[in-house]
Amino acid sequence: MGSRASTLLREEEIEEIKKETGFSHSQITRLYSRFTSLDKGENGTLSREDFQRIPELAINPLGDRIINAFFPEGEDQVNFRGFMRTLAHFRPIEDNEKNKDPIASEPLNSRSNKLLFAFRLYDLDRDDKISRDELLQVLRMMVGVNISDEQLGSIADRTIQEADQNGDNSISFNEFIKVGNVYILYIDIDIDI
Amino acid sequence: NILNSCVIKDQERSVAMEDFWAIVLAGLKVWVCLIVALLMVPAMFGFSLGISETYMKILVKILEWATLRIKTVNKAERMIQSSSFNSEDDGSMEEELRGLRRSRPKPPVGGDFTLSDCFYFYRRGIEDIIEDEVTQRFSSEELVSWNLLTRTNIDFQYISLKLTMVWGLGVFIRYCILTPLRIMLASIGLTWLVIGTTAVGFLPNWRLKFWLSEWVHVMCYRICARGLSCTIHYHNKENRPRKGGICVANHTSPIDIVILCNDGCYAMVGQSHGGLMGVLQRAMARSCPHIWFERADMKDRHLVTKRLRDHVNDKTKLPILLFPEGTCINNTSVMMFKKGSFEIGGTIYPVAIKYDPQFGDAFWNSAKYNMVSYLLRMVTSWAIVCNVWYLPAMHQQEGEDAVQFANRVKSVIAHQGGLVDLSWDGGLKRAKVKDTYREEQQKKYSSMVVGSEEGRSGNSD
Repeated sequence: MGSRASTLLREEEIEEIKKETGFSHSQITRLYSRFTSLDKGENGTLSREDFQRIPELAINPLGDRIINAFFPEGEDQVNFRGFMRTLAHFRPIEDNEKNKDPIASEPLNSRSNKLLFAFRLYDLDRDDKISRDELLQVLRMMVGVNISDEQLGSIADRTIQEADQNGDNSISFNEFIKVGNVYILYIDIDIDI
Repeated sequence: NILNSCVIKDQERSVAMEDFWAIVLAGLKVWVCLIVALLMVPAMFGFSLGISETYMKILVKILEWATLRIKTVNKAERMIQSSSFNSEDDGSMEEELRGLRRSRPKPPVGGDFTLSDCFYFYRRGIEDIIEDEVTQRFSSEELVSWNLLTRTNIDFQYISLKLTMVWGLGVFIRYCILTPLRIMLASIGLTWLVIGTTAVGFLPNWRLKFWLSEWVHVMCYRICARGLSCTIHYHNKENRPRKGGICVANHTSPIDIVILCNDGCYAMVGQSHGGLMGVLQRAMARSCPHIWFERADMKDRHLVTKRLRDHVNDKTKLPILLFPEGTCINNTSVMMFKKGSFEIGGTIYPVAIKYDPQFGDAFWNSAKYNMVSYLLRMVTSWAIVCNVWYLPAMHQQEGEDAVQFANRVKSVIAHQGGLVDLSWDGGLKRAKVKDTYREEQQKKYSSMVVGSEEGRSGNSD
């Protein structure tokens, strides 16, 4: 059974996305259908406003960061490939992937790619370190006006202190892995088709 | 001689033309008589000749056959409808965050925060991007199996020649036979509404006037209902709204009014329009009191509430019909009830309306279609089938404010109609969500970081 959605999305494209992201055929057509329903301008790309139109996302304290993750550096539009590439990070790691050929490039949803994705939500300037300021920014987004600057500052300091191992007063990716690794699989989302 | 034969030929031709028009006229007369006898008279007196029932039975058989054909060809793939992306396993924010913080002991002073706290928000965000509860309510429901209408053909491709032929036949029947019939019925119905109500309006206020006015209203709505091939099942008629009360229902389309008024008389509330609508409104108001507001007055909430309250307090007046959602929703859920309807006082009679999407999609997507194209879609559907449940009367209880009362009524209606009960505002169809909701989320999270007492004034330590 075909779908009108997938007639706009060619079979070759679906195959390519499948290879790149690991989603199944029906997951891809379903997500394409979702993509087109969000695309109010009907021009094959999503803008930040299209995402903001989802009420639950608009009230999410970290909504803007999440939306940002979909857009490549400096761009305002994301096409379906980019959309799927970002969503691929949240795909659960399947057993048969664990023993994959090590020479093949790492899948998008590998454990370390998931951690890198989460790390980059903190590390905005991409200098591979979460500085005190960057941590404070995220904290401020999450708590709003409910906690004072001083207290937030001390929470940030304590967090860095606990995670920092090389004493540069910031959290590197490796230090982040030690903290985040335990729970990173929490972000996995099972799209049951 | 040649001239004569030409003249004779001309005469023959004109006689033939006259005969032709005479036949057409006679045919029209028969057609109109048939309409009146078979459709209008039963509508006027409320009985049925069984024509609609036969039509529906045939329709159901055809659709079942079509479904079977589609299923046998596509046994392997599951339909989109049955996939529900289930994010309901998620617990509340507290539960989830507690789980994410399990590995560390709570620090003695300052706030409880871990780097992995954000994972909760990331996951929720992505889940909402994949599927959310709100945006899907503003477009038509997806069908489990195709009902032979082009407009619902989003997922179904060419199956077989037979099916396509049946679909083609369906198109012909719907557009060439049913639609002109329906449009004619609707015009007759509305014209009769205007004439009838104006005529009744001239009578002095005897009991006869009330009875006649109700009869005229119901009759015209019945004609309109026949015009849309409506099949309505009313349940629990003993709970029907009574005089001096307020009837509230979930809103899917303007046809809701036709559906409800087929079984009782209500006082309408709305903005007074100009043009054709205005003619209708003024005519209706002549025979019995409806409540039409000027556009400017609608902004003044106190004025609106006062007028409604006055109407309700007059026990001889018809029950008011209100749709507290404020906009059309796609009949899969009930969205936030605006509290205005529940501040008037009086008895609330909840009514649940559920359409069967298999026969025709009644939802008016006002962002996509204007009223005229919407009505055209309605007259070219197979039929409108719906269930109406009258629910027991409800009153505002002691210590309950209007918002809580509204939510209570909403959940009763949702439960009865098998609809999802949502707290989101139907106004999100067009407007952005208010910042206060995000602030609520932030506040909630903050209380998990610093607890409810400390930290707010920054004086902890």
